[in-house]
Amino acid sequence: MSKVLVVTSGKGGVGKTTSTAALGAALARAGKNVAIVDFDVGLRNLDLVMGAERRVVFDLINVINGDAKLSQALIRDKRIDTLHLLPASQTRDKDALTEEGVAGVIAELREKFDYILCDSPAGIERGATLAMRHADIAIVVSNPEVSSVRDSDRIIGLLDSKTMRAENGDRVEKYLLVTRYDPVRADRGEMLKVEDVLEILSIPLLAVVPESQEVLKASNLGMPVTLGAPNSHPAKAYTDAARRIMGETIEIEIPTDKRGLLGKIFARKAA
Amino acid sequence: MSLFEIFRKKKSSAPVARERLQIILAHERSATSTSDILVTLREEILQVIAKHMTIDRDKVRVSMDRGDDVSLLEVDVELPLKDEGGENVRLAMTG
Repeated sequence: MSKVLVVTSGKGGVGKTTSTAALGAALARAGKNVAIVDFDVGLRNLDLVMGAERRVVFDLINVINGDAKLSQALIRDKRIDTLHLLPASQTRDKDALTEEGVAGVIAELREKFDYILCDSPAGIERGATLAMRHADIAIVVSNPEVSSVRDSDRIIGLLDSKTMRAENGDRVEKYLLVTRYDPVRADRGEMLKVEDVLEILSIPLLAVVPESQEVLKASNLGMPVTLGAPNSHPAKAYTDAARRIMGETIEIEIPTDKRGLLGKIFARKAA
Repeated sequence: MSLFEIFRKKKSSAPVARERLQIILAHERSATSTSDILVTLREEILQVIAKHMTIDRDKVRVSMDRGDDVSLLEVDVELPLKDEGGENVRLAMTG
């Protein structure tokens, strides 16, 4: 049965698009049929992070308006054939998204894919509420930082009230994805610890993605980090997260270097 | 890995990012970048073909490849031939 996931946060710049791309690629690599959908109408970026920006012909709004069929708008990834992208429109604004239009597209996607990942725009406006509208599972992305955690709390409130599931007396499964985490700084007391964030938001933890240069490098190249640097720490965290989404029970760990000084010197040479 | 590669500076990703952005922004800044033009173009191309033969709207595939100097828009239209099954006729346009 297909699952609709929303990757959301409230605050901008915390890593929703990066996480959508990384999780989508990890799920597809595990053999699942995956569609990732960019809901950030007017400010699309998932195409760029996926390296498909030159291939966009039709978009979500074209499908909603009936200008193109869903199959014509979906862009198949050149690296993994079970991964598909439905880009957002760059020339319209969020008013072009209609409740019925989104419902129709999601229903059609459910027939074809195992997982549909909706990359939400920042904010709590129409685009964000429509991205979460049909979700079975919500991935709340948060940085260990006060404004991000506060906005996540706001989004959790919306997930419990504005989604189809909430309106039908059901619940959206909510998981926390902490990104840009620096365990050393958290230990020194300079950064909120994962435990602090969990205690405040009180939703289960999906994964902790450590701060890493690999994430920027992968997006420079138009690669999800799980494909561009599959052995890196963030890729490990995202791959574990994808396995948990698929129902596996695996212990949560924060991938870090536990090497000594000598190990670090060698690691730098080899990089 | 050769000795040479070990000492060579590792390949950086920022120049790739710069080039990708330059290409896509050049396209987005140009007036012809809107996807509505592609919708109109496809409709008109299909209308011309439909004047002469029956086509299945579901068997039309439009793809795009934006390059540095030229972009390639491909419209693949499957033309059903009554006697011999299907045959693909490709119309390729650059612009």
